[in-house]
Amino acid sequence: MKARAFRYERAHALADVFRLQSEADGGAQFLAGGQSLLASLAFRLSEPSLLIDISRLAELKGISVLPTSDVRVGALTTHRELGAHPDVCRHVPLLTEAVPLIAHAAIRNLGTIGGSLAYADAAAELPACCVALEARIIAVGPGGERAIPATSFFTGLFTTALAENELIRAVEFPCAAPGDRSTIIELTRRSGDYAMAGLVMRATGGRQASRLVYFGVGATPVVASEAANALGPTPWSAEKIAAAQTALDRDLDPPADQHGGPDMKRHLARVLLARAIKKLEAQPEAHAA
Amino acid sequence: MNTEVGISLTINGERISRRVEARRHLIDFLRLDLGLMGSHTGCEHGVCGACTVRVNGLIVRGCLVLAVSLDGATVETIEGMSDTGEIRDLQDAFVARNACQCGYCTPGMLVTAAELLSDAAKTRAVPSRAAIREHLSGNYCRCTGYHAIVDAVETVARARADGAGTGTGQP
Repeated sequence: MKARAFRYERAHALADVFRLQSEADGGAQFLAGGQSLLASLAFRLSEPSLLIDISRLAELKGISVLPTSDVRVGALTTHRELGAHPDVCRHVPLLTEAVPLIAHAAIRNLGTIGGSLAYADAAAELPACCVALEARIIAVGPGGERAIPATSFFTGLFTTALAENELIRAVEFPCAAPGDRSTIIELTRRSGDYAMAGLVMRATGGRQASRLVYFGVGATPVVASEAANALGPTPWSAEKIAAAQTALDRDLDPPADQHGGPDMKRHLARVLLARAIKKLEAQPEAHAA
Repeated sequence: MNTEVGISLTINGERISRRVEARRHLIDFLRLDLGLMGSHTGCEHGVCGACTVRVNGLIVRGCLVLAVSLDGATVETIEGMSDTGEIRDLQDAFVARNACQCGYCTPGMLVTAAELLSDAAKTRAVPSRAAIREHLSGNYCRCTGYHAIVDAVETVARARADGAGTGTGQP
């Protein structure tokens, strides 16, 4: 359970990062909060020759509301900071609701949003939230910045659209509109563990069209569009909910994992849908300001 | 390959400078390099919570932090928190409630519970038993003595909210 030996360099500016990385010739990894990376180093699933500590880069910090009425969250924002920030709570309440589900307090104190997205665990909460909210991931590399839609960011198991010499600088979330509702729900063996299955549900606009994004049931967050179509606008009758649960079989193709087989995952997905609808219906008004 | 890096940090109020191997995590640094054996090594991959310590005022898993990354940081371990008397009442309650069986998880439990209690004290709120269980959910007790641990934390939360004082006896 000891990591293989590696070198360590602390970056003080983005320019340092790209210089160090090109010198390492493919052997470098970035250290942000380290809450997933250190476990993978301990198991020797990851064996970098150089760790570049980006955790002190001021350019990757801070939360602000942009004139475009997006909330921009710096990549190094910890889960604790994200969960406690008033602008996040006001404009992107789904994130405030999601944070307590992420791991445990001691891990939320160090783990970062950029780290979670770049690591891209299929059972993690924030990737699914970003897909559900149609966030933009702002990547930065030696050539400058580019925005990647969250919906095309997660390309496979632990794999993202980031190039090898790019890192996440920030994430931009559209502010919730009046009338928007959202919730997140998951099933875990122990509170705080990775989900056996989870669901982010949004209902937007006057007709409350729903968007369903599952996690822990595939290689990436999975958009369940067939089920969302079957559910249709509000009111959600028992028949429509049942139709949506049936339609999930067309949306999901869950692989077996340590928690159980595809049939169990499909069952959990149906249970989650019913519970998420109940939770959404209990929200009287949009929680957006 | 030179993998050693010099760091200076404050541990339990004492300024320390050392050269450490880059791969050394905080718990090995505390236990093996500094002889502070109060923080326990459990799973070494962030699951069990036995190695919980405070860095810059917040609890962390010591096995998920590299010592080299802590240049300039402030670290507090169970030794430091015991010496200052900050959690005297919590330690007494663990004894009174028999919340410490084999003792392996105890330092991590105390450090974790201390954060919940100090957060709750800011609003003079008493956390519910469910909130206590939730906050401690990242700390395994393999004796399964959870009920007594929750009892002990709840007792202290109530006592502090009633104005019986903090662990130091100071308001």
